[in-house]
Amino acid sequence: MPDVFPPDTVRCDACPVLCYIKRGHAGACDRYANVEGQLVRVDPHILLDRAKSQGTPLVPFLEREGDWDGKIMKGQETFVTAIGAGTTYPDYKPAPFIVSSEVEGVDMVTVVTEGIFSYCGVKLKIDTDRHLGPERNLVRAQGEPIGHVTTAEYGSQMLSLGGVHHLTGGSKSEGRVTCETLLELCNGKEVELTIDEGASVRVAAGKPPVVNGQREERMRVGCGSATIGMFAKQWFGKVDDVVVVDDHITGVLSEHQAGKLLGVRETGIAIQGRRSTPGRYFQVAEPGTGWGGTNISDPLTILKPFKPKFAWPHLRLLMVSTTGEQFAYYELDETLRPVEKELPEALKESVGRIRENCEPALTTVLFMGGAGGSLRAGVTENPVKLTDSVKRKLTRVTCGGAPAYIWPGGGITFMVDVTRMPENAFGYVPTPALVAPIEFTLKKDDYAVLGGHVDYVRPLGDVLKEKERQRQLISHAQNPWPLKPHAGGDES
Amino acid sequence: MREPALIRMLPDGRRMHLHDGPIDLIVEANGAPQAVSAAYEAAERRFVSILDELCGELPLLRQAARINSERPRGAVARRMFAAVEPYCEDCFITPMAAVAGSVAEEIIETMTAAADLDRAYINNGGDIALHLGDRQSYKIGMVERPDHPSLFGYLEIISVNPVRGIATSGWRGRSFSLGIADAVTVLADCASAADAAATVVANAVNLPDHPGVRRTPAREISPDSDLGDLQVTRGVEPLSQFEIDEALINGLRAATQLREKGLIHSAALCLQKCVRLLPGLTMKSECDRRDGFPRLRAPEVHARLELAGRTNPHA
Repeated sequence: MPDVFPPDTVRCDACPVLCYIKRGHAGACDRYANVEGQLVRVDPHILLDRAKSQGTPLVPFLEREGDWDGKIMKGQETFVTAIGAGTTYPDYKPAPFIVSSEVEGVDMVTVVTEGIFSYCGVKLKIDTDRHLGPERNLVRAQGEPIGHVTTAEYGSQMLSLGGVHHLTGGSKSEGRVTCETLLELCNGKEVELTIDEGASVRVAAGKPPVVNGQREERMRVGCGSATIGMFAKQWFGKVDDVVVVDDHITGVLSEHQAGKLLGVRETGIAIQGRRSTPGRYFQVAEPGTGWGGTNISDPLTILKPFKPKFAWPHLRLLMVSTTGEQFAYYELDETLRPVEKELPEALKESVGRIRENCEPALTTVLFMGGAGGSLRAGVTENPVKLTDSVKRKLTRVTCGGAPAYIWPGGGITFMVDVTRMPENAFGYVPTPALVAPIEFTLKKDDYAVLGGHVDYVRPLGDVLKEKERQRQLISHAQNPWPLKPHAGGDES
Repeated sequence: MREPALIRMLPDGRRMHLHDGPIDLIVEANGAPQAVSAAYEAAERRFVSILDELCGELPLLRQAARINSERPRGAVARRMFAAVEPYCEDCFITPMAAVAGSVAEEIIETMTAAADLDRAYINNGGDIALHLGDRQSYKIGMVERPDHPSLFGYLEIISVNPVRGIATSGWRGRSFSLGIADAVTVLADCASAADAAATVVANAVNLPDHPGVRRTPAREISPDSDLGDLQVTRGVEPLSQFEIDEALINGLRAATQLREKGLIHSAALCLQKCVRLLPGLTMKSECDRRDGFPRLRAPEVHARLELAGRTNPHA
């Protein structure tokens, strides 16, 4: 539209306003800006305040009002994160913020930058027993391939999303959709993924996954048969028979191998459905949201009449679902019909134990990226020395204050749990690549030794004075305090 | 890459946050729980297409409004045009001057059409649309600088007051201003009218050719600004009390005209910690009224402002 712009004007495509942004200025939203000719997200620069007591949730503070006297916050209690710090990439020059502070008598330096990661991705762990799709099949978002199904783990399915080949190796829209999906996932938003020849899932970090429209609540401790195996000993002698109702495999104590081994007497129980092996039944009902993932609300509907040859009056029967969320206790009357009774004290414990062993089903999102040479050059004049210092745990790596797991081997390849980072910590550039905050904290002496940009180190108090774009947050209660000397560089 | 609109409940579980590009709304409705959720759902549904609708007509909306201008088509765009139309013969104004208030107004009307609410507000970065049922009220804090939200006073709006729109404009805010006011807050019938009027009054709080005011052509900062080559305020040096009074009186004059034409109900004008009020707003605390417009040194004095016209909705 308008006439001729200076050559380093960028056009922002984050929203349909499509602002032209001049170098050093922000767009109409004040959230995207032209930094050195690159479109960069410039949300308020986030500082973390050490939580006064453990267990304090992450709570955004309003921007501080009034003048800052520099005394309210003691230096060691504020950590400058890289969120919103900007980046000097791709220039070979010092990181935007190199901050010094004294912690427990030790001079510490934190090098703060936002990294632009073309080499990055997300490892997704989806807690579900449902079949999401064959291993190695493509995972798609908006129809574009953005990753693949990798291994199934115990009670979970892993997906590997992103990576340089999807971000930059495919079509333009593949890269765009990959970047968009990774960004949403890393910022805690829900995304919809479909797996070739498999399921459609809606996932968000730290939330239960929704598989084909069904929300997973709890991870089963095991299938019905496995549950019989685990608890047979605790039931023996307290009850005559137990049925663990499960959509996958319903287990029956008296017929099951575990019951036989204990010498549980035959009870004449008869189950609807297809018998697989002794004490294990498939398809006792239709799948649903009732007992143990079936569609039943009255468990007696899966029982056929007891066989008079084996059953006896006053026979005690426990029926329970695989998650322990549903249970009922019966005794047979003189005509061998089950009559519901209150669950005896002796059985309450075992039902409670099934329940407590079923953990909430969640989706875990780990961001994985590698700190490239130019990012490391912002920290030191000799990038390999930073790698070395990180490997020797002299330098701690955090992402928005959250601890990063550093992979052994070459380079600085790290993983971080996005739920431990402040909200909306990630951005992107249209390259496409993700923008992630990264901080390197080390002793000032060590920083000088590894060839750090010591002339650019600024005291924390100075940084705090630039309060225009700063936002203070309480640090995540589970994160180790990033400035604490010798806390180790590994995940806590 | 088009970022999708963000729709979420704020951590308090009561307010909803709607965000899309430069639009950022905080929404709260009170009433029966089913009514509130119906209103929120309606707001969400309406919200997601608003930015795209506006951007579809952006070139037109960035042009100066004139009596014979081509009329925009979108519902929000029509509100914008209607809000600036009363000014288009007297000054340069584009429909963009009323964009924030018009979006807020569109959402509040969507919500009140969808459900019977006790009261509701939409806050679009300081431009506010209100809904007040019978005997309902809102207490609203007023700021003297939009970039530093320190309150200089409170204002209570009750259902019998005719005010349903409040907007604030100033050179420190997110939009450009031709004037030097830190903040001009306008009370009007609806949010779009308040937004346009706040822009016009803030432009009028001015000291033309004053060397202490730094101005830059809008286009040099933002190449596609609707203000083109007009000089927008980028900095104001500390002014003497005499200069502050002069600039504020310029604004008060303009505001008085708008009030006489029935375009606004009242206004509060802030410049370098001085606050002046148009009739309609009165200060409950003691203040200096030598020239007829109450004067307040903020924020030393926290005032409770009172809006006239409580008994007669058409006053």
